[in-house]
Amino acid sequence: MKFSEQWLREWVNPEISSQELMDQITMAGLEVDGFEPVAGKFEGVVVGEVQSVEPHPDADKLRVCQVSDGAQVVQVVCGAPNVREGLKVPFAVVGAVLPGDFKIRKAKLRGQPSEGMLCSESELGLSESHEGLMELPSDAPVGVSLSDYLRLNDVAIDVDLTPNRSDCLSIKGIAREVGVLNSMVPEAPHIEPVEAVHSEVPDIRVDAPEGCPRYLGRILRNVNLQAETPLWMQEKLRRSGLRSIDAAVDVTNFVMLEQGQPLHAFDRDEISTGIVVRMARPAEKLVLLDGQEVELTEQTLVIADHEKPIAIAGVMGGEHSGVNAKTRDLVLEAAYFDPITLAGKARHYGLHTDASHRFERGVDYELARDAMERATQLLLEIVGGEPGEIVEVSSAKHLPKARTIDLRSKRLADVLGLEINRTAVEEILIRLGLRVDKLLKDGWRILVPSFRPDISIEEDLIEEVGRIYGYNNLPVTEPTGSLGLRLNDEATRPVSAIQSYFVSHGYQEAITYSFVDPKVQAQVDPEHEGIALANPISSDLSVMRTTLWSGLLKTVAHNQNRQQPRIRLFETGLRFLQDGQRIEQQPMLAGVVVGPQYPENWVNGRRTTDFFDVKGELEGLFSLLGIQIGFVGSRHPALHPGQTAELIRDGEHVGWLGTLHPQVQKNLELNGTILMFELSLNSITTGYVPNFKEISKFPEVRRDLAIIIGGEVSFADVERVARKHAGERLTALRAFDVYQGESLGEGNRSLALSLFWQHPERTLNEDEVHSLFNGVIDALKEELGATLRS
Amino acid sequence: MENLKQLVQDGLAAVENADSLQALDQIRVEYLGKKGAITQQAKTLGKLSAEERPAAGQKINEAKGQVEQAINVKRSDLERVAIEQKLAGESIDVTLPGRGQDLGGLHPVTRTLQRIEEFFSRAGYTVEQGPEIEDDYHNFEALNIPGHHPARAMHDTFYFNPGTLLRTHTSPVQIRTMEAGKPPFRMICPGRVYRCDSDMTHTPMFHQVEGLLVEKDVSFADLKSTVEEFLRVFFERDLQVRFRPSYFPFTEPSAEVDIEWGREADGSIKWLEIMGCGMVHPKVFEHCGIDAEEYRGFAFGMGVERLAMLRYGVNDLRMFFENDLRFLRQFR
Repeated sequence: MKFSEQWLREWVNPEISSQELMDQITMAGLEVDGFEPVAGKFEGVVVGEVQSVEPHPDADKLRVCQVSDGAQVVQVVCGAPNVREGLKVPFAVVGAVLPGDFKIRKAKLRGQPSEGMLCSESELGLSESHEGLMELPSDAPVGVSLSDYLRLNDVAIDVDLTPNRSDCLSIKGIAREVGVLNSMVPEAPHIEPVEAVHSEVPDIRVDAPEGCPRYLGRILRNVNLQAETPLWMQEKLRRSGLRSIDAAVDVTNFVMLEQGQPLHAFDRDEISTGIVVRMARPAEKLVLLDGQEVELTEQTLVIADHEKPIAIAGVMGGEHSGVNAKTRDLVLEAAYFDPITLAGKARHYGLHTDASHRFERGVDYELARDAMERATQLLLEIVGGEPGEIVEVSSAKHLPKARTIDLRSKRLADVLGLEINRTAVEEILIRLGLRVDKLLKDGWRILVPSFRPDISIEEDLIEEVGRIYGYNNLPVTEPTGSLGLRLNDEATRPVSAIQSYFVSHGYQEAITYSFVDPKVQAQVDPEHEGIALANPISSDLSVMRTTLWSGLLKTVAHNQNRQQPRIRLFETGLRFLQDGQRIEQQPMLAGVVVGPQYPENWVNGRRTTDFFDVKGELEGLFSLLGIQIGFVGSRHPALHPGQTAELIRDGEHVGWLGTLHPQVQKNLELNGTILMFELSLNSITTGYVPNFKEISKFPEVRRDLAIIIGGEVSFADVERVARKHAGERLTALRAFDVYQGESLGEGNRSLALSLFWQHPERTLNEDEVHSLFNGVIDALKEELGATLRS
Repeated sequence: MENLKQLVQDGLAAVENADSLQALDQIRVEYLGKKGAITQQAKTLGKLSAEERPAAGQKINEAKGQVEQAINVKRSDLERVAIEQKLAGESIDVTLPGRGQDLGGLHPVTRTLQRIEEFFSRAGYTVEQGPEIEDDYHNFEALNIPGHHPARAMHDTFYFNPGTLLRTHTSPVQIRTMEAGKPPFRMICPGRVYRCDSDMTHTPMFHQVEGLLVEKDVSFADLKSTVEEFLRVFFERDLQVRFRPSYFPFTEPSAEVDIEWGREADGSIKWLEIMGCGMVHPKVFEHCGIDAEEYRGFAFGMGVERLAMLRYGVNDLRMFFENDLRFLRQFR
């Protein structure tokens, strides 16, 4: 809501500066979004009168004019097409300074002397309009400073109203607030019923009283719509951000701004069959005032004549039934439309009008008649004409009911944390227009006025009192707690511990969008279809990620394109899977690594990160979390078929580790060998609470062996068999060498293992160990075809 | 016995000339070993009379001691020299960089979230999580934003279908937490939220932290202290805070919180909107089955990126989600 400060001060004029006024209303909850002077900065501009206009002897488009500035007549050369004899215009005399520090000097234009300049609105910073000179009314006093004449010492204030405060979408409403804040009573213009001079009334039928509980119409005959809107009204509209159209539209807009009631004027000749307020019929069409044709839906409330819709109720009128300069008789409409019926309708048609903005938020349901009288009165003054009676069709059943709400003083004090003096509370409520219907033993019964549809419960009243009293005047106290301390869940590690682990291993955390490019996702997770957004922001952010890899690989591309050779990223967040009707939202942990394992340095050169680097880092994480994870060779469509491990915990799949498939890597235009992992966070965060075991005092025995195994045998197989036969006293099994070479035979590997045994209560004897060790060797030979290396 | 004197002299000379620990040990064996020259002198004692023997024995012992001491002194000299030589060969250039893994870093949003969570955890708040794909009920209805409400226009919502959407705020987690438990509550819910808006100052995804406290006796004054304390601790300074009346469908009274952020040209305080808050709306309690006559609550919500931008001086919101390493590395 944009309004002129001067206009507001006509209603209520506290002795505070513009800045103080704006601070005051901001702190009352009507946030001032901005303000601007209503004109550019200029001086030396007066009301001038063009006394004569002669053609310029040497220029077709220029005219030589004699202009009076009130004291003298000077010659001015002017190029504006609308300059004419007798015209009153803003006249910048020699010595004047126009916006942009433009000084007016004596000059010669194509040989003709020119002393001063006739101005357009844009040259004075009044509007963007370049359409020739600004024309002043014929009764403008020549020689008077233009600033004084137009009262330009004013600012336009833009208030960003919250959707509950429809009551402040008018000068009347804002004046009421300013009145409350300064303990003043605003002065409203006097509105009196206009007496009818004829008996013609519009024929009105309301078929949809739920949507239109109240509809008023009045005929105004024989108006002169060629009459000019008075300058004061034009200026008020302009300063409120509205353009002057014609007198009828200007008056309806003016009353809307002043009172808050949107009005509409129809050309009576176009709706001779009478007015019907109803829901639109299927496939009905309407050409709107802005020229666009819309097909109406059945949920749309329309104003129609007996044949066709003539307006979308509360949104915009039709072109056909609108007024124009030739209109003779007007039908004025003032109505109360139900906010819920109108909600979203304007948006549905791609519209947002001053009327729809107000009706959707709720207009004062008792305002229509006053607004109609006010508009009639102004129209009579400007366009003349003969008013008829007001016809009102209303449905008490559908109109909002007057409400009373009890406000308990104890509740007020409990919520705000302060007991406010009773008289102060009453003063606030009454100035806001809330009437005390009854004094209760412990509070007040409040009658809510029709202009405050937002007030319906006790909390609404508490907010009003708190807001006007001032939130910053309320005390500051520490909340007292009745909550006991929570148990400290030690087995579950916080995600922050995982994040710190990766950070200390050189990983940078990334946060990527949860919606991704379906093309990228089809590459990295072809087996899952991402859940698609109905209204994505763009096609490359249109499906929900089924894996965090989609975003991370895009981040790799972004950084590789910026000369970053070494990238180590991790991310935590949800992935989204459609599982029949259900949507799975699983917290995941994922990482991608490409480039040298260590930052370039003088010792270990530039060794590229490989599978076992990342696997080692993950194993470190699992130790930190206190969990056992198995790595099993597997296949994944996005991963290298020979370098993919499925991660298993207690027989359950918990994630993947592998090298990005070279083909996928090529398709995504990525460089280098990319290692990736992804784990289900919920599957790995729960570990265990340590449980002390006695430390054995007896020596540990170590035995080493080296075996040759075939290519199809994995370390995991060897470990499984060895552990099975090593007995319960085995404390550790480690691989300390792996070798593959031609001398061993095609595909064969040599594997060196060390086994450790220890007994908690005694020294193991040589024979026991010897027999276990031989048992392991025999089993490896037998079960895995291993041969002992000599 | 003349012989003994000579032996000692020879021994001392040999010790003096020894140039290694091995040579020194050789000398020790030669003179003081079981068959060493001086040790052997003891055998001559048998030829002496009982009267002469003690004095002669003492002389031999003295001679042994003399040589032994010289050997010990020489040994420590040689050892010192050996260590010095070894150390001299082990010098390194200590100015060369150390080796090993570089340190990574947390995303500035996470870093900010952790600071926020730390503050509220200390104050007894739990950290709750909720789904990001939400239903209309939890994102809107239960928060007193019915279908026709104008506030819906303020939320540019991403939809999957008319009843399913990406949460536009973390407030639905409040609802889910209250539905699942019994008051009192103290919780915060940090997380990703989504709005269908993308330009210089908006990204379609960003982070919020929403907080909720429900007790039998809590007031707007308590909310004020919580918010003021948080801002003071977060920004690590005393700053002016003001509460400006505003409107959220799920709180009443509602306020926007502005903080002092520099000065205007005329010297007045420049206020910056930093978060929203208010007392839990009775309708919200009603939806969660909590008696609004028995319990009251306050809630607050803040944009994490905005706090991070102010805290670290980041001037472009969009950088948070480009994940450019040159940006991210500035926050480790």
